[in-house]
This record gives sequence, C-alpha cells and structure tokens, in this order.
Amino acid sequence: MTGPIHGSPGAHVPVLKLGGILLVTLQGELHDRAAEQLQQDIGEAIEASSVTGVVIDISGVEIVDSFLGRVFAEIAAQAKLLAAQTVVAGMRPAVAITLVELGLTLPGLRTALDAQQAMLMLDPASVPVPHSPVRRESP
Amino acid sequence: MADHEAAGERNSSAQEVGEFLRRRREQIAQRWADETLFRTVFTMSRDEAVEACRAVVEALAAVAVADQVDNLGAAGFIAVRDQLGRMVASRTRTGAGSTQIADEVAALRTPVAELLRSELEGSPSGRTEECSVTLTALMGTLRLVVLETALNAGQELIDRQRLQLLEVATPVIKLWDGVVAVPLIGTLDSARSQVVMESLLDAVVSQQARFAILDITGVPTVDSLVAQHLMKTVAAARLMGAECIVSGIRPAIAQTIVHLGIDLGSVITRASLADALAYALHEQGSVVVDRNRTGTSAR
Amino acid sequence: MTETSGSVTACLPIHSDMDLAWVRQHVRQTAAQLGFGLVEQTKLVTAASELARNTLVHGGGGQVESTALTSGISRGLRLTFRDEGPGITDIQRALSDGYTSGGGLGLGLGGARRLVHEFSIDSRPDEGTAVTVICWVGGAPHPRQEGR
Repeated sequence: MTGPIHGSPGAHVPVLKLGGILLVTLQGELHDRAAEQLQQDIGEAIEASSVTGVVIDISGVEIVDSFLGRVFAEIAAQAKLLAAQTVVAGMRPAVAITLVELGLTLPGLRTALDAQQAMLMLDPASVPVPHSPVRRESP
Repeated sequence: MADHEAAGERNSSAQEVGEFLRRRREQIAQRWADETLFRTVFTMSRDEAVEACRAVVEALAAVAVADQVDNLGAAGFIAVRDQLGRMVASRTRTGAGSTQIADEVAALRTPVAELLRSELEGSPSGRTEECSVTLTALMGTLRLVVLETALNAGQELIDRQRLQLLEVATPVIKLWDGVVAVPLIGTLDSARSQVVMESLLDAVVSQQARFAILDITGVPTVDSLVAQHLMKTVAAARLMGAECIVSGIRPAIAQTIVHLGIDLGSVITRASLADALAYALHEQGSVVVDRNRTGTSAR
Repeated sequence: MTETSGSVTACLPIHSDMDLAWVRQHVRQTAAQLGFGLVEQTKLVTAASELARNTLVHGGGGQVESTALTSGISRGLRLTFRDEGPGITDIQRALSDGYTSGGGLGLGLGGARRLVHEFSIDSRPDEGTAVTVICWVGGAPHPRQEGR
C-alpha cells in the first residue's frame, strides 16, 4: 500500500537528459530537502546544456502537499526564465482530487497523462514511439 | 441489612459468576459449540466453534468480574464484537432474522445455568438464586450486544448497497480512443458528485483518455454546490493532463447558472454530447469522414 | 451508541523533515487499516503533511498524536498536532487562503481544514498551538450542514 521511503534526506533525484528534454521521475516519498535539491539540480542542468523542456513524471507519487506543489510551480517558473517549458505528467486521480480540495490548482503548470505524452507535447520529433501523435481512428 | 452490605453482596455475586465462567470455560465452550448459533456458523470445524465459544465465555467472565453485567459498552464486550459481527453476518446470510438470532443467543443460557446450579449445590439458597439472577442479566446483556451488532451490520449493508447503487448509476463510457464520457441522470448530491468525479478520473487513467465529457442533459437542476463539484472535477482532470468538457447544459440550467452568478469561465462547455465529442475529436486531430458525401470508396 | 470512543494511540515526534515523512507513512498505514478509501487516505495524509509541516516550521517542532475512533458503526481517525511555539494570534486570518508567515503558498491551515471532516485549533500566544482533525471512513457520521 505504501511505497518505501526512498533514499536518505539528502539523496538526489536522478535527472535524465533525453535530447533537449530533461526527464525527472519521482517515486514514493520525497523529503523536503530532496525536493529543494531537485529544484536546484534542474536549474543547473538547464543552464549547462540547451534544454527546451522539463518533464516531471509523478505517476509514482502518492501525495502532493502544498510544499511539493510550490516546488513544481517554482521549477516551472524558473525553467521558463531559462526558456524551457515544464510539464508535470501522470498525476494520480486521488492526488488530483486532493490538490483541488486543498485549493492548489497550479494554473501556470502544463500537465500530461503520462511521461510519453509530455515528451510529445514538448517535442513531437523527440519521441521514438510506435504510434504517431495523430491517430488513425476507427469507430 | 445495611445498604453497603447489600451492594457488597451483589458485587461478589457478579464476581463469583465471573470466576465460575473462567473456571468452567472449557466445559461451557464444549456445550455451546453444539448449540444452534455456533453450530450453524462454524460448519467446517468443531474446533473453530469451540475456539469462538471460549472467546465469548472469556469476554463474559471479564465483564462479570468487572461488575458490569448490565453494561452494553463494557470493555469486555469490545473484544468479541468483531467476532459476534462476523457470526451475525454469517447467520444473516443464511436467512436468519434478528429475532431468530436473539433466540439462539438466549438458548446459550440454559447449559451455563445448569452448570452453575450444580456447582453451587450446597451453598445457601439465597446465594444460588442471586448468582443465577446475575447470570441471567449477563446473558441478557450479551443478547442485546448481539442484537445491536446485527442492527449495525444491517446498516453497514445498506450503506454499502447505497454506494454500489451510486456506482451503478454513474457508468463511465469510452466514446472513442482517448475520449471517455459520463452521462449524469438525476439529482447530483455531494456523495454522488464525489463518486462521479472518482470514476471519471479513474477512467481517464485506465483509458488513457485526453478528453473526459460530463454530460448533464439528465440533471434537472444545477445549484451552486453542483456547479462547484463540476468545476472541481474539471480542475482535477486538468491536473492529470486531461481536458474536461461539460455538455448538455439546457437553456433553463444555463439561465440558473447565470442567475446564481456562477463563473464557469474556465470550463469548456458544449450544448450536446455530440458537440462535445466533435470538439474532442477535432482537438486530438481525428477526422471523421462521411463516405456518402465525399464519395470515397468503401474498404 | 453514538458516543465517540477512542483507542490505540500513537505518538510521533515532529522535529525534522525525516519526521514529516514518518508521519505521512504512519497516517497512510493507519488510515488503510481503518478501511479508508484511496481518495480519503490521500486527503488525510495530505492534511497531516500540511499540519505537521506547520508544527515544524511555525511551532519549532512538536508531536502528533493519532487515535482510532469509533462512533456507532463509524470508524475514524483523530490526529492532534501540538507544538510549544509562539502560537497563532489571529486564527481567522491564519485560516484564510493566501495568508502565510513562512514562505509557503499559504494553503496549509485552510487547505487542511477542507480535507478533513472536523477541525479545531487551540492556540495561545507564547504557549503553543494544538490543531485537531478528524476524518471518518465513508464521510462524516453527523453531517455538519444537514444536522440531525
């Protein structure tokens, strides 16, 4: 039911670079300090190389409180100043319902169903996926 | 006889019954295991029945020793409530009514009363009588506890069915690849809105739907509370990366919404479910071709 | 029968962000055991996280006490967050959205209140603050608005 507590308080969340996009996958419990460290790491990563987008995959996150919500908003704002777009992907229904009830609708943040969709949104050419963005439909 | 002496006497009779129950726990459990109540619940193994009986005797003893034979909320009963609940549920499933269950509990008194009488043989008659009155009171309390458990179990069943009804009343339908919809019919209250929101959002995940349509054609009235729920659903869907469209807003409802001063500004609305679907298909780049009109050949 | 009774009390310290993580884990596990649904669990854990952070940041640390409740056939969880910090001088203002004294989004108290069924604050200047919240499995047994 509950994920294990990942890493020690100071542990880094790995930041992956795929083409011009940074992919950050959050899992289980995230300590406050790890979240703040992540914010800093992403800023440095954007600065160091030409990054046009940041994808934060939170499909493995069981709760987002106002602190973590603020971290997401700040990452997005900071990335925007460095000319990169941020997409938060894979938020679970229970987390979304809770955030809305909490009053945190994160209006400035772009969202996607999963990391793949997020990558597509940021750079349609970057994703080596079997099905193309424009799907052929059959009723 | 002085008052405090009478009280002391009564105390010790409860305690005596309690000690008797503890002493004879094994024998009572063996006898109870063959009574209807336990026999019909534990059909698989007699050992299990005996085990359950022991727990109940132990609980009764604890209640008696604590001198709480009349107290429904006595700490001793808490330990067996779960077990009694399971037994009651099992008896209810096999069709026994609460009166029948109460009678079956009442039947447990006889074997214990017999044991008590034979044990107290030779004690002063007043003493025997007092102990048997105490035992009767204790068994009466047990009967009430069981009845209360039965009523609660009934209430739980009703609650569960109410919830199931809610879920049945709000089917989420996949309209197209990446498009899900829930047609709402009837009055929306808080509980139902909650269920709608949860099932729609779950469908967004399971169907990988970028579009979720809430069709309120069948909803008679929209007050500010309902509007608030709709807006919460839209906001939650957006956080998940899906777009939520509200369709089927009838003119009367549109008027109410304006009247109430509700701002649905950030919500995408369409007059009908068909319009909402058309919007979703257009947005995700799907093209529906009318073969007759364009004249392209059929596959 | 409708009397509320409590049992199984646990007490956890709140002195670091590690402790916040433990509080969340504890609340999640306890809520799951009590039979809370996934959404209710998430709301409760989130409220606990907000309040525990308040205790840590504004109260200078403290503790949380969790108690399983029974009221009739309803089961619930009560959490009490205590600190011996400066206290809250204007509770109404602290509860309003957007009010912040600690660099957050100012949704902590007011937001947490919306996530639970019962909410109360006892705060004295220079003595400390106690925030108590209660959540019931399947919704409040005694609805606040309808009453009975």
